[in-house]
Amino acid sequence: MALFEAKNVTKQYGNQLALDNVSISVPEQCIYGLLGPNGAGKTTLIRIINQITGPDTGELFLNGKKLMPEDVQFIGYLPEERGLYKKMKVGEQALYFAQLKGLSKAEAMKRLKYWFKKLDIIDWWGKKVEELSKGMQQKVQFVTTVLHEPKLLIFDEPFTGFDPLNTKIVKNEILFLRERGATIIFSTHNMESVEELCDNITLIDKAKTILEGSVNEIRSKWAANEYDLVFEGDVKIEGNGHYNILKQQKDNNKSIFRLKTTSDINTNDILQTAIKSGNIISFNPALPSMNEIFIRVVEARN
Amino acid sequence: MNKISVIIKREYVTRVRKKSFIIMTILAPVLMAAIIIVPTLLMMNQGGEFKKIAVIEDNSDLFKGVIKNTKDAEFVYLENTKVEDLKKTFEKSGYYGILYISPELVNTPNAVYIISSKQPPIGLLQYIENSLKKEIERQKLLAYKIENLDDIMKNVETNISVQTKKLDESGVEKGTSTGIAMALAYLLGFLMYMLVFIFGAQVMRGVIEEKTSRVVEVIISSVKPIQLMMGKIIGIALVGLTQFLIWIFLTVGIVGVLKTIILPKSGIPEISQSMPQNLMSGNQQVAGTTQAAEMSPQLAEFSKMFDSAMNQPWGLIIICFIFYFITGYLLYASVFAAIGSAVDNETETQQFMLPVTIPIILGLMVAMGTMQNPESSLSFWCSMIPLTSPIVMMARIPFGVPYWQIAISMVLMLITFGAFVWMAAKVYRTGILMYGKKTSWKEMWKWLMYSG
Repeated sequence: MALFEAKNVTKQYGNQLALDNVSISVPEQCIYGLLGPNGAGKTTLIRIINQITGPDTGELFLNGKKLMPEDVQFIGYLPEERGLYKKMKVGEQALYFAQLKGLSKAEAMKRLKYWFKKLDIIDWWGKKVEELSKGMQQKVQFVTTVLHEPKLLIFDEPFTGFDPLNTKIVKNEILFLRERGATIIFSTHNMESVEELCDNITLIDKAKTILEGSVNEIRSKWAANEYDLVFEGDVKIEGNGHYNILKQQKDNNKSIFRLKTTSDINTNDILQTAIKSGNIISFNPALPSMNEIFIRVVEARN
Repeated sequence: MNKISVIIKREYVTRVRKKSFIIMTILAPVLMAAIIIVPTLLMMNQGGEFKKIAVIEDNSDLFKGVIKNTKDAEFVYLENTKVEDLKKTFEKSGYYGILYISPELVNTPNAVYIISSKQPPIGLLQYIENSLKKEIERQKLLAYKIENLDDIMKNVETNISVQTKKLDESGVEKGTSTGIAMALAYLLGFLMYMLVFIFGAQVMRGVIEEKTSRVVEVIISSVKPIQLMMGKIIGIALVGLTQFLIWIFLTVGIVGVLKTIILPKSGIPEISQSMPQNLMSGNQQVAGTTQAAEMSPQLAEFSKMFDSAMNQPWGLIIICFIFYFITGYLLYASVFAAIGSAVDNETETQQFMLPVTIPIILGLMVAMGTMQNPESSLSFWCSMIPLTSPIVMMARIPFGVPYWQIAISMVLMLITFGAFVWMAAKVYRTGILMYGKKTSWKEMWKWLMYSG
């Protein structure tokens, strides 16, 4: 069942159409990627989900019921541009945001201690935000976003500014939150993290949905009969009537070939011919990266 | 509602804890007390340096011994000396100045001058003028050959000090002083102007800070924009009121303490009692013995001012001040909040600030005029129009304003303030989420018209 749904959402700013009849459906405990080039309308959609602005037309549902202003307590939002009071102390600030989300002071305090310890930022409790590095600030903001244990979490570019180590920590936390029952919508330009984390995606370009579905399905669909064949040692093969060699390279005493089948050939048949040329290490369907798909889809529209 | 109080608390606590707030809160009453105390001290120690003045006449001795020595000045009558001669040795002579009196003085009022290397104090000049005037009057009277003239003159001599009393509604007379009313009007008008401006601008800066740091997005996903705006405005208003109340208490306290230290024991109450007696008996003999009585003229003046200050309608002033501060501040603060929401940084506020600043400055200017002429129709209208009334009405109150005028002014204020807050909230709601676009008045008008 879908935890969150947006149906036929349209939003216009002046003469600018920001969202044109966009619908998304986010299954429960799913990590849902919201992709698209800059200015496509992702942030507008996120703001509408957070009820910061209202849609011109279209409806929003949380848990099958119409989204109401009170539902903000079930939603956690990490904006793209980090928003913290620079002159305020970290702990006080986190407490303030938690109280705005409706937590009692005592409860907020308890949970904050837990999270601050978990993310190893407890030493920063009494420091002013302006004294923190960008990554640290993001960790603080991350905590304030998840603190009230919302059912729906919205992360807008959660990894920018993190070093690889912290990126890994935050990724693990996101997976952990999903494990505990949260549903996550996240918007990013980092396609590697999409492949790694997302179950489903929607790609928006120029206010319209242009690609939608589960990441695996999309990648297989775009795979377009390409395979990676890897031999041990220095091996040479040539294309035949059934497949062409798209590219080949030698690496670390391995020979790697990208094949594209040209006819309805069984993969076993490919292997049977290939097996004669040398020692096969691996044979995989060559899934295009989300990065390639993104570029190809968006470029095709321009 | 609960969330608004969380916002109010944050706005209040972060500001009250700032060093600049604490310093201002303590320093201002000290300065204020200095403003009240220092003139009194100066009044009591006037003159200071002792002056020796040479008096020279041309070929006559009409005014010999006319000008009596005072405790600040000695008048040395020099016979057979020419002004020109004395001028040459003036530097070494040790005189403060040379007073030259021409015999023509009886008929020509300006046939007298004083030469000095310094500007003689106004009190000294008045003293000389008075002495000479009396003598000339006496001599003119002498020409009428009245018997016992000297006795008559002595008997007639009178000192006058006009006491102003105001009749209040219950028919009780109260001592007032126009000087105090003016000072108070100035102080109240200016204080109102400062508070509205300082705290209104703080609201604007707060809004800009939230907008540029994008904090607003996080908060707006938790509370409604109007809650955030009102929370900020109210929180800062409480900061203002806190500061204002501390100022009152500290100022009153400091003035009270200093007064008991500086003034002698026989201080204010006794002197004020002795004043009417002095007047009644027609001379100053009554208070001739005590030490306090020697300073009596200055002290009496001070005590008169003090009485007058105490007789101001303080209850009304404080109530009106708090009312006009709250409503006037809310009105302007909401406009400032709307402006803050419409821009991306503080430099962009300029174009919007001018139309907001004009009514405030106008109010201050009319308030200044009010001190000269409290009953003018300009003051009246400006104390009714809500954009200027907080400042102008506060300046009028020490001079006495009918209650119905205050009532009308307050009602108008409430209506306007409601309308302004409503409009500002609409602009604010749209403005805080708009980035990177330079906002124009037209654009703001459009935001105002957005429905829903």
